[in-house]
Amino acid sequence: MLALLRQIVLVSWQSLLSIPARFSMTWISVVGTAGVVIVFVAILSIATGFKKTLNANTSTSNIIVLRAGSSSEMDSGFSGDQVTVIKSAILSANANQDVPVSAELYVVVDLEKKVTQQGANVPLRGVSGTASEIRKQFNIASGRYFEPGKRELIAGLGATAEFSGVAVGDRLTLGQDSWEVVGTFSAGQGVSESELWTDARILQSAYRRGDSYSAVYARLIEPESLNTLKNLLAEDPRVSAKVLPESEYYAQQSDTLYTFISVIGGVITLLMGLAAVFGALNTMYIAVSMRSKETATLRAMGFSNTAIVFSVLAEALLLGLIGGIIGCAVAYLIFNGVTVSTLNFASFSQIVFAFAVSPNLLVKGLMIALMISLVGGAFPALRAVRVPVAQGLRE
Amino acid sequence: MGRPGFIFRNLMRHKARTFMTGFSVFLAFVLFGLLLALKQAFSFGVDLAGADRLITIHKVSLVQLLPIAYRYPIEQVEGVEVAAHFTWFGGYYREPNNQLPVFPTEIDSFLQIYSEFSIPPEQLAVWRGNRTGLLVGKTMADSFSWKVGDRISLASNIFENINGGNSWEFTIDGIFRGAGNGVDEFQAYMHYDYFNESRTFARDEVGWFLVKISDPADADQVAKSIDQIFANSPNETKTTTEKGFVQAFASQVGNIGKIVTFIMAIVLFSSLLVTGNAIAHGVSERTAEIAVLKAMGYTDLQALRLILSENLLLTLLFGGLGLLFAVVLTGALRFMLAKYLPGLALSGVQLLFALAVLLALGLISGLVPAYRAMALDVAEALSRR
Repeated sequence: MLALLRQIVLVSWQSLLSIPARFSMTWISVVGTAGVVIVFVAILSIATGFKKTLNANTSTSNIIVLRAGSSSEMDSGFSGDQVTVIKSAILSANANQDVPVSAELYVVVDLEKKVTQQGANVPLRGVSGTASEIRKQFNIASGRYFEPGKRELIAGLGATAEFSGVAVGDRLTLGQDSWEVVGTFSAGQGVSESELWTDARILQSAYRRGDSYSAVYARLIEPESLNTLKNLLAEDPRVSAKVLPESEYYAQQSDTLYTFISVIGGVITLLMGLAAVFGALNTMYIAVSMRSKETATLRAMGFSNTAIVFSVLAEALLLGLIGGIIGCAVAYLIFNGVTVSTLNFASFSQIVFAFAVSPNLLVKGLMIALMISLVGGAFPALRAVRVPVAQGLRE
Repeated sequence: MGRPGFIFRNLMRHKARTFMTGFSVFLAFVLFGLLLALKQAFSFGVDLAGADRLITIHKVSLVQLLPIAYRYPIEQVEGVEVAAHFTWFGGYYREPNNQLPVFPTEIDSFLQIYSEFSIPPEQLAVWRGNRTGLLVGKTMADSFSWKVGDRISLASNIFENINGGNSWEFTIDGIFRGAGNGVDEFQAYMHYDYFNESRTFARDEVGWFLVKISDPADADQVAKSIDQIFANSPNETKTTTEKGFVQAFASQVGNIGKIVTFIMAIVLFSSLLVTGNAIAHGVSERTAEIAVLKAMGYTDLQALRLILSENLLLTLLFGGLGLLFAVVLTGALRFMLAKYLPGLALSGVQLLFALAVLLALGLISGLVPAYRAMALDVAEALSRR
């Protein structure tokens, strides 16, 4: 057993040492594998980044109340009276303790996206009272918070970076009114950073929404009071509302796109991966045939077939590993943190997010590379020992 | 043995290698075709936009509604033939997260605007007379297995019905065919009267106007004139060409084209390497043989052509099969994914482009080995044996 191990190590080491001599052959399989890994990691980093942004800074103790039958804040709506009913239900669900509550109006405004110079639906959120307390990591990044009752707004860091005309000091014209951007804010790199915030009352009049709101946000003291609140609202004939944890609401929004991109990425990776397997097979078959004399000599000297097979596999795996590492490195350097914005179809508004090349993705990328090389190396490895020694020596 | 036979025999000498190289080219071009189709889907039917159509939306944003009365001043503008209005209904069928393009509209102006739609006359007559009738595009009807005469109910995420709830009843009265690749067949139209009288809020407000103009060359002027009418009113408008609007929408989603092009480049580059590698190895194995051919009177150019043709035959054959497979696959996927990605299609132009790329791949990957065969020195190669 030890002898076999010694043989394996010896032959593998020898074949690895000879790789540079066959550089012109081997780099092709390395590049092929790297290509698959780059594409896989790049595509999935979009899905991961989108999901990460929508789920960042959301909390299970925060809840959002929407009109029953609506799919997002965009198409939800409550009258001022209904909001009062919802607020008192929230209060009694929290055993009459004071909790942060914010009735919010969600609309979009057409702003120019800097990269494309085309209009885009940027979310504009009218908030009341304690909205910034509900979002846990809310911080003013520059300037100041807007003054309630004034035509002032603050912009999330993502929104300021991606869209024109919403930097501190800019004036934004909505209809016939002009609004001043007085500050920027961060919110734990979550979805709020894509938004513009202003006073809900002022926004109602600008968008001629009367006394209406889109949703009510609140923080619950005990997560269990969610069910109490659900029951209270279900029994109240004055509103038809649905209550869900903030985290669930945003998770739902990211699900469709995440699945969509993952499936497309999966199909592309599968096809590219198969093509790369054939590339690797070609490379390894050629490598084996180039060394058939050498292999036959080793076998004539008494090296076992197992050792030979392992040496070919070791070479294939090493090449795959190098390809995988190159692929991961390139994908990480090019894509990680690249900020883009896309239309979130669930709310019909822009969301700014960054490609996220997560460690998990890199590991998966390496696994794919190793799998390609393992399959690509196995058949040539068997071929190497199937040729009769005498014939191999003659070639 | 003629030259084609010779080339074929050479390819068949290393069956396994030829097959593996060919199969990787095949896969590369299946993927290439699918990526082209995906790119097409994300153009959101921009090639279907009429050059003679403008779209007028609320200046603040697309989701703000406009008064329906705007239609008459718009139609007074010189150069405007007709204006039709549409509204996003927010309808869905069983799956709340999958909103369908369903639009309330007025039948006469609708027919004038979308003259490219073909609707069986008898179905049109029924639809005209039925308040709760629904006109459905063929792709949408197929993907939900709807037939003319079916009674269905759609729910709306946005509009509640005065009868309570958000469920709206319809009869499928007609199924129309579109002009293009199927994007426009994944939509449905309902009667505005039914919609307006039954909704609980925003009565007499509509989403946008589609304006047909008599001369596309006047588009900018007409658009300006329309926006001027409503300047300084509570509901200012923004009018653009339909094409410009669709492009702007596509760019809201993001630069999918760029991402797809990036992937295609990597796929092609890998494929180039694999093919080039295999053929190069084939040539180096056959050094002596090529030398013999040359000694027998093959010219340098003939040697070059021999190797190039071999490579071209291999790539065109397998790549062509790959594209063919992509076409078939796109057809199947388009039906299966109609609900999510209605525009999946491979046009003739795209296929020609793919074929040109394939040809280029075959030529370029064969270039170095073919050159080597051409430059081969007979005496030296034979003495190396």
